[in-house]
Amino acid sequence: MKSKIDSCGSWVLDRFPLTKLWNDHMAQYYAPKNFNFWYFFGSLALLVLVNQLITGILLTMNYKPDASLAFDSVEYIMREVPWGWLVRYMHSTGASAFFIVVYLHMFRGLIYGSYKQPRELVWIFGMLLFLALMAEAFMGYLLPWGQMSYWGAQVIISLFSAIPVIGDDLSLWVRGDYVISDATLNRFFAFHVIAIPLILLMLVFMHIIALHEVGSNNPDGIEIKASKDPWGHPVDGIPFHPYYTVKDIVGVAVFLFFFATVMFYMPEMGGYFLEHANFIPADPLATPEHIAPVWYFTPFYAILRAIPDKFAGVIAMGGAIVVLFLLPWLDRSPVKSIRYRGGIYKKAIVLFVISFLGLGYLGMQAPTAGATMMARIFTAIYFGFFLLMPIYTRWEKTKPVPKKLTEQPTLEDRIPALKKIYGEVIKDVTEVKDGKTITHKRPDTAGVARVIRRTATNIKKGLD
Amino acid sequence: MKKLLQTCLLLLMPLGVFASAGMELEDADIDLSNKKSLENGAHLYVQYCLGCHSTKYIRYLNIADDFDIDQEEILEKVAPDGAGIYDKMLSAMNAHDAKKWFGTKPPDLSLIARSRGADWLYSYLRGFYIDTKKPLGVNNTVFPDVGMPNPLWQLQGTQEAIYENIDGQNVITELTLVEQGTMTPEEFDQAVNDIVNFLVYAGEPIQEERRSMGKYVLFFIFMFGLLAYLLKREYWKDIH
Amino acid sequence: MSEQGVDHSKRQFLTTALTVVGAVGTGYIAVPFLSQMQPSTKAKAAGAPVEIDISKLETGQLIRAAWRGKPVWVLNRTPEVLAVLATETSKLADPNSLESNQPAYAQNELRSIKPEIFVAVGLCTHLGCSPTFRPEIAPNDLGSDWKGGFFCPCHGSGFDLAGRVVRGVPAPTNLDVPPHRYITDTRIIIGEDTTEADV
Repeated sequence: MKSKIDSCGSWVLDRFPLTKLWNDHMAQYYAPKNFNFWYFFGSLALLVLVNQLITGILLTMNYKPDASLAFDSVEYIMREVPWGWLVRYMHSTGASAFFIVVYLHMFRGLIYGSYKQPRELVWIFGMLLFLALMAEAFMGYLLPWGQMSYWGAQVIISLFSAIPVIGDDLSLWVRGDYVISDATLNRFFAFHVIAIPLILLMLVFMHIIALHEVGSNNPDGIEIKASKDPWGHPVDGIPFHPYYTVKDIVGVAVFLFFFATVMFYMPEMGGYFLEHANFIPADPLATPEHIAPVWYFTPFYAILRAIPDKFAGVIAMGGAIVVLFLLPWLDRSPVKSIRYRGGIYKKAIVLFVISFLGLGYLGMQAPTAGATMMARIFTAIYFGFFLLMPIYTRWEKTKPVPKKLTEQPTLEDRIPALKKIYGEVIKDVTEVKDGKTITHKRPDTAGVARVIRRTATNIKKGLD
Repeated sequence: MKKLLQTCLLLLMPLGVFASAGMELEDADIDLSNKKSLENGAHLYVQYCLGCHSTKYIRYLNIADDFDIDQEEILEKVAPDGAGIYDKMLSAMNAHDAKKWFGTKPPDLSLIARSRGADWLYSYLRGFYIDTKKPLGVNNTVFPDVGMPNPLWQLQGTQEAIYENIDGQNVITELTLVEQGTMTPEEFDQAVNDIVNFLVYAGEPIQEERRSMGKYVLFFIFMFGLLAYLLKREYWKDIH
Repeated sequence: MSEQGVDHSKRQFLTTALTVVGAVGTGYIAVPFLSQMQPSTKAKAAGAPVEIDISKLETGQLIRAAWRGKPVWVLNRTPEVLAVLATETSKLADPNSLESNQPAYAQNELRSIKPEIFVAVGLCTHLGCSPTFRPEIAPNDLGSDWKGGFFCPCHGSGFDLAGRVVRGVPAPTNLDVPPHRYITDTRIIIGEDTTEADV
């Protein structure tokens, strides 16, 4: 019996290189052994993509891409289709989770210089993925046909009309009508369920193939292929399978824990994942009081609003994404990882993160004079970070890069230290009440202050 | 510098702070496990709201199943005469008449609790007061220039507003009952709360089940994670 | 990396345990995914019982109604037909409806609650076409053996006027009889069973 299965297996393997694929990309793909927390998000993005594809297919079975039926069909899924609510929440939560995971994944690339030579193409494919993902999310958001869907799409498509000469015709062409209408909904449906998913899948494939050609970067930013053992394997590399498969499964479990918490207890996420106004059917005659795009678009939306001129605003918003493509050539530093960079770059990254989060927050708020001013400052920092990069990365002093990967304490290793900090911050307070002695755990002000002061000093030292 | 700081502080405040100048929204006491309250809410809703507002995503069957009530009892006590158990909660008013009488079609209320929130609904239904300047003779504290008369006036009675001058503006600080309806204020608050409770249910009938399911899912994922961690630790003994 | 000190049995155990738990988890998520393709509340609402008024149904006449989107026939059979049904059983594949679908109260020779009123789902048990009503005896196209019945134009299955299939045709069983119940003498409800109290 066994030999029959074997011979059937080898019949397939003679004709399809399954073993070779498995070895090339899993069992004999050597990854640096020092991947840390930030390296979970690539595989998590893949997981979310699979989630979106499966739940998306199931939703398509009951969704109706028709302006007069769309809103009802979503509620039909939520109420009358068996388990439809679960599938829909998995899809809506998955959309936001996708961006959280992808933003963290991109940030990882930023701090460890994963975009630098020889991984420029990996980064470019990744950025194309990000672009396709934004298109996918934007078009998907129109489908529930609620007020936010409608007016959000209205605002964003009107952006095209800012382009000189062809703008008006272009936005008309995108909509297929003079306003957002049934025609727009129907074509967005086509893009959302088949056209862009195909592009996404192809780009994911190219992203991974390009990565596996040049090999993974790591938190030290050292090329592990530089030193190999007698068998030709990188000394600092370990096979992706089983080591990173088992590690990624832990990451998957932690991710799913958060994912399920949101899905089962707060699927609207306070109006960020599912906006309140989107529970009102689209009404072309009444704009909601306050329109904001979904949270993952707000940093770019805030840049758009910060610029007083319509066309310049559109250019700035587009430029905010274009500069990301140019990153591999803007960065002139000889080192990859933030660990060996100088203080200027570290401070620049801190400012960049603050401005990105700040823009994200401002993009959700109603535009006031003060908010616009803040948005302009953040926009300047955002662009400054990228456009001044050729200057400050070239001149700043970097630290010597080690030849071998360094050992950093893992989370498990840090538990004793964390316990010590806990002991410093929380003190036992005994109290006599009704003749009984009760011990409470209370925060200790002096201890808290000490820890904060120490952390601040550490951060300051770390930024030099 | 001080100005900048102030701007920053203002920016950090959530939007809601600006929206509720005058009177704060009051907290509705939402408890979807209280089937008595839900049933009473459904009953009041059908009596006082369904005349104009449909709840088209809810079938009477849903109410029977979700509130653990016999189908016959629902048809007898809650549903309007002639409704079948599979019927949706549709309003008897047709759209054309509605447009003529109110200038707009009264919205379907299936999702009102998800777009407005329970506290808003609770405050709204309790926030009607006499305002002779308005065409309907009433106004509302959370929905200024409201286009609907107080549907519950027989139960509540009539309220008047007490104004106070704050920073040069006339602001309503309180409503006072000038004529009591068939219910005492406490009974009325309870009745409104039941209606809001029902509307919260109607917004997402599955929500109770969803929450109770969540803990099993989380427990399962936790156990899976624990096993995965043990396996990871076992394999990673090889490294270093 | 060294193979020294590796506890293979522990590794094997943990791998198996994780695989099993993972498979169970996949199973858990597969159930809702698959069952979301089951009929929805809307479909069930459309399958709600249907009432038919037969007060105007004349002898020999057949009326059609829709129940769960399927045609349901109600036929008022003549005494002659009933006589034929009682005698002409030799050519039938399942004259006593042992292999066929009908409620217990319709599992009799005439496959009905009242002898003259016949209720059936008008779909051929072969591949779901709707047979035509051919009550005439020995018509030219169906041959001299035809004693009146239902004839399926798709693949030529024949049924008598009690919905019983004749031998040697593709249809495997007799026509289905839906659950039904008399509210009064002239009103039938399709989709609800006759309970003992009604009998």
